Amino acid sequence: MSNQFFTLRVNGADHEIADSWLGESLLDVLRDRAGLMGSKGACTQGECGSCSVMVDDSLVCSCLVMAATAVDQEIVTIEGVAPIGAPSDVQQAFVDAGAVQCGFCTPGLIMAVHDLLDRTSEPTDTEIREELAGNVCRCTGYGRIIEAVQQVAVQRGGAK
Amino acid sequence: MTVSVPHSLDDAVRLLGEHPDAMLLAGGTDAMVEINDGHRRPNAMVIALNRVPDLRSWRHDPVSGTVTIGAGVTYTELMQEPLAELLPALAEASRTVGSPQIRNAGTLGGNLGTCSPAGDGLPVLSALDAEIRIVSSSGERTISVHDLMVGVKQTSLLPGELIAEIDLKVRAGWQGYAKVGVRNAMVIAVASACLAVDSEQRRVSIALGSVGPTVLRCADAEQQLSNAVDWTSGAVSPDAIREFGTLVSAASTPITDHRSTAEYRSHAVGVLGARLARRAFATSEGAAG
Repeated sequence: MSNQFFTLRVNGADHEIADSWLGESLLDVLRDRAGLMGSKGACTQGECGSCSVMVDDSLVCSCLVMAATAVDQEIVTIEGVAPIGAPSDVQQAFVDAGAVQCGFCTPGLIMAVHDLLDRTSEPTDTEIREELAGNVCRCTGYGRIIEAVQQVAVQRGGAK
Repeated sequence: MTVSVPHSLDDAVRLLGEHPDAMLLAGGTDAMVEINDGHRRPNAMVIALNRVPDLRSWRHDPVSGTVTIGAGVTYTELMQEPLAELLPALAEASRTVGSPQIRNAGTLGGNLGTCSPAGDGLPVLSALDAEIRIVSSSGERTISVHDLMVGVKQTSLLPGELIAEIDLKVRAGWQGYAKVGVRNAMVIAVASACLAVDSEQRRVSIALGSVGPTVLRCADAEQQLSNAVDWTSGAVSPDAIREFGTLVSAASTPITDHRSTAEYRSHAVGVLGARLARRAFATSEGAAG
């Protein structure tokens, strides 16, 4: 299979990727080829989590995925979480709790928190800290991020 | 350069047979770091292994007491029941790997293929005397994990071979993994150890990570502790545990690098060995040691 051209399925839409170097990370392809700038790149070694996306329902660092190997997989980025102007409950909770300062880590954190709450509806403080260990924030000190997660857990529990 | 995404082990092995110089890509958590940094530039073929179902499953044969783990099983999967209950030390080691994002991608086969001295799964595979099934287009062979890991990021895999499965015996007896790093989360081991008790054979095994070119077993320490344990009561004296820690330190052959010094690593791995031994056995004389 020669694959200078390949198709990625991102947020439910097919993106034709042309002329990429085949070793490129999914992060670079999302940002530079597909024009989806929401996922951030900082460390490019899986340490910071700012590039977190879902690939086939699994939270991964897009900088560690070789883009050409993600053909036929369902990729969801921060752009696919909610339409502009109608934030998800997690996004709204981040705003309400003041969990956003410079905002660079926020897209990755929103992805990780959605994944966490999908798997664990009522996480403890320790579980939240452990599950978000791969998302580095240098502004907030994490307190308000944890508050935001707890807020969503309470809201979702109350809605049942 | 070509990227291939085979969907069966047969296809993966055939492709590798046609392109023995191909780069095998498992979870990408090591390889992509090198590629992103420009330290590695695949120029022929990349064969991605993450979509091969045969590599992504595991099975338990209760009759032979063997768990067979596909090389593409992730750390996240190793942490889940019932696998975690069958192989608790492997689950414990997996939990110390990176973050959820890394554990969702990284695989046990990738850990072996990379063969870093700090690979968290490797001391467990060594302490449990794992058998590794290796396949190629010309056949397959099974070798001991001790014969696979030969040096710093060096395995005895031949061109055209790939790691398919890892066989581990389910043991009666305590087993655990401990690790020292600069902080709790997202850390590469400065020193690590896996201790496994085989209460039927009345043997203790211990394997060390990050304190030698590859994972080390400690024959002297294993012999000493196995002899010191009162296997009827499951107790051991605090003195014997201290001596065990000293022998573990003595078996280490660490280097000084950007993560730590050789002296600290030798000391720390002895502390880890003694700590694991105290978790495994009640200390006689009621001392906490």
